Parts: sequence; structure tokens; C-alpha cells
Amino acid sequence: MTLPFETLVGARDAVAEKKTSSVELTKFVLDRIAKLDPTLRAFVTTYPERALKIAAEVDAGQRTGALAGVPIAIKDNLCTTFGTTTCSSRMLQNFRAPYDATVVQELEAAGAVIVGKTNLDEFAMGSSTENSALMVTKNPWDTNCIPGGSSGGAASAVAGQLAYASLGSDTGGSIRQPASMCGIVGLKPTYGRVSRYGLVAFASSLDQIGPLTFDVADTALLMNVISGHDGLDSTSAQIKVPDYLSQLEQPLTGLRIGIAKEYDLKEGLDPEVKKAVDQSIEVYKSLGATVVDVTLPHTKYGIAAYYVIAPCEASSNLARYDGVHYGHRTKEPVKDIIELFSKSRYEGFGDEVKRRIMIGTYALSSGYYDAYYNRALKIRTLIKQDFDRAFEQCDVVLCPTSPTLAFKPGDKSDPLAMYLCDVFTVTCNIAGIAGVSIPCGFSSSAKPLPIGLQLLGPAFSEEKLLRAARMHEKATSWHKQRAKL
Amino acid sequence: MPESHITLEQVRHVAKLARLAIPEDRLADFTAKIESILTYVEQLKEVDVEGIEPTSHAIPMTNVLREDVVRPAMSVEDVLKNAPESDGAFFKVPKVIGGDEDSAG
Repeated sequence: MTLPFETLVGARDAVAEKKTSSVELTKFVLDRIAKLDPTLRAFVTTYPERALKIAAEVDAGQRTGALAGVPIAIKDNLCTTFGTTTCSSRMLQNFRAPYDATVVQELEAAGAVIVGKTNLDEFAMGSSTENSALMVTKNPWDTNCIPGGSSGGAASAVAGQLAYASLGSDTGGSIRQPASMCGIVGLKPTYGRVSRYGLVAFASSLDQIGPLTFDVADTALLMNVISGHDGLDSTSAQIKVPDYLSQLEQPLTGLRIGIAKEYDLKEGLDPEVKKAVDQSIEVYKSLGATVVDVTLPHTKYGIAAYYVIAPCEASSNLARYDGVHYGHRTKEPVKDIIELFSKSRYEGFGDEVKRRIMIGTYALSSGYYDAYYNRALKIRTLIKQDFDRAFEQCDVVLCPTSPTLAFKPGDKSDPLAMYLCDVFTVTCNIAGIAGVSIPCGFSSSAKPLPIGLQLLGPAFSEEKLLRAARMHEKATSWHKQRAKL
Repeated sequence: MPESHITLEQVRHVAKLARLAIPEDRLADFTAKIESILTYVEQLKEVDVEGIEPTSHAIPMTNVLREDVVRPAMSVEDVLKNAPESDGAFFKVPKVIGGDEDSAG
């Protein structure tokens, strides 16, 4: 059983051409959520009444736009004035945001029907969604497996066909890796391409919001809607937004695919992942692309640099949760305000969040700042220079998205083992460049698990990057597969 | 780079700086996990960073300022709507008085 009209673009066109009503489409999706989400648990909250009301407004011609009438889900670290914004944390379990994130406003101005908020690793810290304080999300391809993280709910919702698309956030791979594990497309735009206003901050120099979709055209459509400068986000770029759809079907002649030897991991890379990615290289060659050897010498320091920079920024960003302004406040007796802060924060945050806050606090503390944070920022410069040099030789760098297939809950209970999941994704955030994961195959296990291919492109090269991705998509049919539930 | 070995005492100190009331019986576990992560990131010291400037923002940007004009701000009602304890236009907190290093003031 698949969603009618199969894709976001298909559904949008069907509503526009009155082949279906938005109410009918939304009811279908809500019914599916009622039936399947008790198993998948992709959603923290759903808004059936509100969604149907908006759908009716679309049908009455009161709401129009590029996404008019199509049900979409959003990660629960995006502020909405409706319902709660929990970040899947006890700290914000009852938080009602006083403003909507810019991307939420953009989606609704384009007529989208937001059906619900999806589960995540708490405060976006994690790679499997196991760190959610609220619920465990399942992978629709094998419900014994995790969906990836931290945008696991957003990925599961799309792969489980509980929405036509979703928005997630990516700080070290949190859109791309779950997209890979759930067999869908996930794009982390260039830093500054999409406004972060209303995205609950984790690491401000790394966070970006992006789409998770069935195919590349759907991603291009969403990028048209959410990209652009925002006066409310001082880090958003003043760079013109192209129409990502207009040239999308034009293949890139003379496409140069960069393969970095540093991505050929001697250990930890699942052979089936390697095989599928190698086959994708052959697909590109058959389409006329040339393969170029490039080198990204500082790749192996990416995770270490990330797990200094991100916790440092997180320790600062999460200092606002004090039990006073909003969020969880301890009910324990306290002798003074410091104890109020300390007990509220201990109770409100999960262990991984606490660990990262402490690592960040330590690395920024007097005597350690230079050795850890400042050093990591210098290595950031080197990682960025690696990519700048590579992109002189090639148009996109190609590699796997995740070194492993979707694993079982508890498989990576050691935090460091979980961090190593990010080996292919973190340097993209560190360098601020664009990265997309597209489906490129399945494992040979009894319940086949999706494999993702990653393409990395220079800053603000999404137009070309998506065209390169679309070339692969048109020559294969991985993106047409749907999980059977 | 400092030795990656972090002591229970240092974790206790960092927890205090970060305002996290970690109970004594959980300190050892936190210390062990934090230590293994610090050991892992120690490899950053292998990199020659001589003459390299730190990058705090990958995409170059200069001070982004707006015109200094009054714009609509959040209403007091909105500001307080998630406050666990409030009184009129104020957030309520325990008494903040002068004292030793361990207490406020």
C-alpha cells in the first residue's frame, strides 16, 4: 500500500489539478498514522483537527502555494505556536513556543498541511533516536532496527509513508544518516542557506534545517520554499535562491566525481555498503561522469574535531535551560538558586546531553580552551581547506553516508561507538558545505536494509548537487521502493 | 594537550560549573564515559596547526547589524507563558543573597 500520487510533487500536482482534495489526502495520511504510528512511533504529537482545518482551507482556495494541500511532518526541535516543542526531552516536555520557526511559517505560507512533530534524539544529540526521552522510533524497513538519528522520527515518518516529506535538522549528519538508514533522500543545505530562526539551537555554527523526501525532485521543491535570507537569523546568507526545480532534469555533462582515498575505511565499513557505493560509481561512469582521485587528508580528525566543537557550542546553548524561564523545574527542596538550576538541569536532561554539556564545559574552561576548542577550530580551517582544494578537481565528492546498515537498539551503547557512525557526515557540517544522501541499494539480509550514497558539494552548490543526485536517481529505481508495513 | 585522564574531582568541578547536580553514585560512570571521549579527541594534538587561524564560522560573514529602531517585542504574557513559577510580570526564583562561592550572590 503506497501513498496516493507517490511523491510530494505528485500529490501537490494532484491537489492543484483537483484530482484529489487536500482533505481526502490528509484523511488518508491521518488514517495511516493512526494505524501504523503505534508501531513506528515516529510522531511525538499529531494535529489531526488543525491539519484537516488547513486542508479544508486549501480546498476552499483560501490557502495556496507551492506545497498547497500536502501533508508534511516536522522534527520536534522546530518551534511551533501550536502544540508543544519538546526536543524529545523532559526539559521541554510541556513547552509551548511563543513563536513559529521561520521554516514553519514558510511551509504554511506555501499551503503545506503540517500533520505532526516527529521524534528525535534529545536536543538532536545522537545517531539512532535512542536518546529520545519520550519514545523509541522504529525503522519501517525492519522494526527491530533503529531509523538512524537524530532526525529518526522524520525519516521514519517518510519511509513509513506517514507524510509526503519532513523537515529535519543536521548538525553532524542528523538528516543524512537517518535518510540513508530509511532509504530516502536527505539534504543538509549549505550553512546559512536556510534560516535557523526557531530551530532549537544545539551547535550554532553547525546546525542546519533540511528536507527528507522520497526523491530528489521533492527535495528541490522544499528547498525552493525554505531557502533564503532571514533577517531574524543573523547567520543566514544573503545569497540569491535559484529555482532548484527548473534545471533539475538536465544531467551535468562533464561531471567530475571526486573519490577520496581517506573514505576507503580499512575497518568499520560494512562490505555491503562499500559494494553498493562502488556500484553507484559505475552508474555515474555509465552516465558519462569521470572519476577523479582527490584527497581530504584531515578526514580522520573530523569526529574528534566535531566532538569538541559541538559539545562546546551545546554547553553554551543549553545554559538557557535553568528551570526559571521555561522548561522543567525541580520539585525537590532547594537551598538557593544555584541548586534550583543544578537539580532542574540534572532532572531535565538525559545522560548523553549531560555528557556533552560537561565535555563542552571542560573544553572551554580556563586552561583548556586553547588546547581543545581553539585547536579544534584550527583543524576546522584545515578540513575546510581540504574541501576547497578537492573542489578544484571535482564537482562533487562521493562516499557512503553511513559506514553501517541500520543497527538494533542497544548495539552501540558505548557513546564513542555511536559517535563513529558520523565518520562520513561530520566534515560537511564542519566545513559548512552542502551534502545529500540518496538511496543506492539494499542489504542482502532477510529484511533488506537501505544503503545511502552521499554526495558533497561546495557551499551554495545545491542546484548542481541536486542535479548530480537526480542523474543517479533516474538511472536507478531505489527511490521507488517502499517499505512494506 | 592536557592528559586525557580526567579525575572524579575534575568531573565534580565541571558539573558544578555546568550547573548539573550529579549524585555521588553516578559520578564514576560519567567520569569513565567522559574520559573515553577525551582520550579519543586527544588525537587532535597530532595535527600541525602552526600558523593556522581558527575558523569559528565556515561561511564567511561579518557583523550583521540591524537599524537601531524599536520593533514589536514579545508580550509579557508570551514571555511568561512557560514559566514554571511567576508573579505578575516576574519570574519567581529562590532568594538570591550574598554568601560563599557555592551559593548565589
